[in-house]
Amino acid sequence: MKTPTRALFLMLVLGMIGSVPGFLSLDRAKAAANTAQSSRTLTRAQWRLKYVRPASPPFPADNLYSEDRELLGKTLFFDPRLSQSGSIACANCHNPGFSWGDGLAKGVGTGMKQLGRRSPTILNAGWSDLLFWDGRADSLELQALGPIASQREMNMPLDAMVQVLQTIPEYKTLFAKAYPGDPISEKTVARAIATFERTVVSGQAPFDKWISGDENAIGEDAKRGFDLFNGKAGCAQCHSEWNFTDNGFHDVGLVDSDRGRGERLPLEGMQFAFKTPTLRNVDRRAPYMHEGNEQTLREVIDFYDRGGDARRKSLSPEMVPLHLTPQEKTNLLAFLSTLTSVDKPVEFPIFPR
Amino acid sequence: MINRIIFGTLPTIALATLSAVPLLAADHEINQQDRHFSQTEITIKVGDTISFKNGDEVTHNVFSTTPGMEFDLHRQAPGASSTIPFNKAGDAEVDCSIHPRMKLLVHVK
Repeated sequence: MKTPTRALFLMLVLGMIGSVPGFLSLDRAKAAANTAQSSRTLTRAQWRLKYVRPASPPFPADNLYSEDRELLGKTLFFDPRLSQSGSIACANCHNPGFSWGDGLAKGVGTGMKQLGRRSPTILNAGWSDLLFWDGRADSLELQALGPIASQREMNMPLDAMVQVLQTIPEYKTLFAKAYPGDPISEKTVARAIATFERTVVSGQAPFDKWISGDENAIGEDAKRGFDLFNGKAGCAQCHSEWNFTDNGFHDVGLVDSDRGRGERLPLEGMQFAFKTPTLRNVDRRAPYMHEGNEQTLREVIDFYDRGGDARRKSLSPEMVPLHLTPQEKTNLLAFLSTLTSVDKPVEFPIFPR
Repeated sequence: MINRIIFGTLPTIALATLSAVPLLAADHEINQQDRHFSQTEITIKVGDTISFKNGDEVTHNVFSTTPGMEFDLHRQAPGASSTIPFNKAGDAEVDCSIHPRMKLLVHVK
């Protein structure tokens, strides 16, 4: 086939399937240009309106909140008897002392073996559409049972978990109060843990007070960092709205063989993509990224400043070099520190016997 | 020989594509704004097209994995628009892979 004929044929085929994967760099340039334009058109006051936090977490109609459900869920969440070894609770990896993460680069599961990804915080998980770094669960109820049953994590077959709980007399009372008429089952365990998780909400941070109108709640350096966050640095393209996440999936260019969302959704753009994490209480949740390789927020900012490290087709078009100055990076750090709330210590539950 | 096969095939492909599209096919526009589709459901006729416009300030990736109605727009830059024909009756679930909250149900009748 002569070259013009081949080109015509390829254009026809690509047009018919509606995909032009060869223009990624052009897309990236367009995205960068549009970002610059939008940041010029919105004022700081307009951006602030986008960060008003909701009054309360959402509960689904088929699993409404009650104090008894929260208490049961919290008790189960901290109870290591939900694991095969009797020594691993949900709270091992989602420890309130570490802002509901574990402070490790990667989680540790059954037999003290390291898991594949960093333990995500459960802060504000009630607002998530898809759970886990790769989005494989579409509800907290579904998510809650995953690590329990996983052979690498808590390694507890769900039917065995139900049998264990049924042998603990005081649990019968807790379940009966929380879900009257329903048996102790996988379903009620999942529903109770999900209810508790929905109550794990980041508290009022200095940033929230500023958004509410207290002009002195954060410093001028942090306000400049807020401008950069929404403007030149482009952070808000993914870390958007009050919870600082678009609940979306992006390949940000980490050098890693883990294909993340791509393992669940085999589209080119989802390869090496991971869920955008919240930035609430972020300065207390090192290390960072899904593989935990970045030790400090400064390292994370440097990573984004150079547009990520991996160059591949799936790289998000929003990942472009930012050319931030040292002062701008300092301002971004000042802003991020205002997202941390000072919360009361979490009370440990008394386990049923 | 290869050229002859290709040139013989191209009109066939074009005719097959045209024959599947009835006359007076309509184009419907679905906008993407604030990480939402402009509507959550749309009813169209067989042969109609939908133009997916990215009216947002971030990249989108509209796709469908509904059997027989699959397509993938790949990365769609802000301001870009792409048109997809729907030549088969049925319901197609259309999503954005980057922002799973974006969902559109296309009824093709």
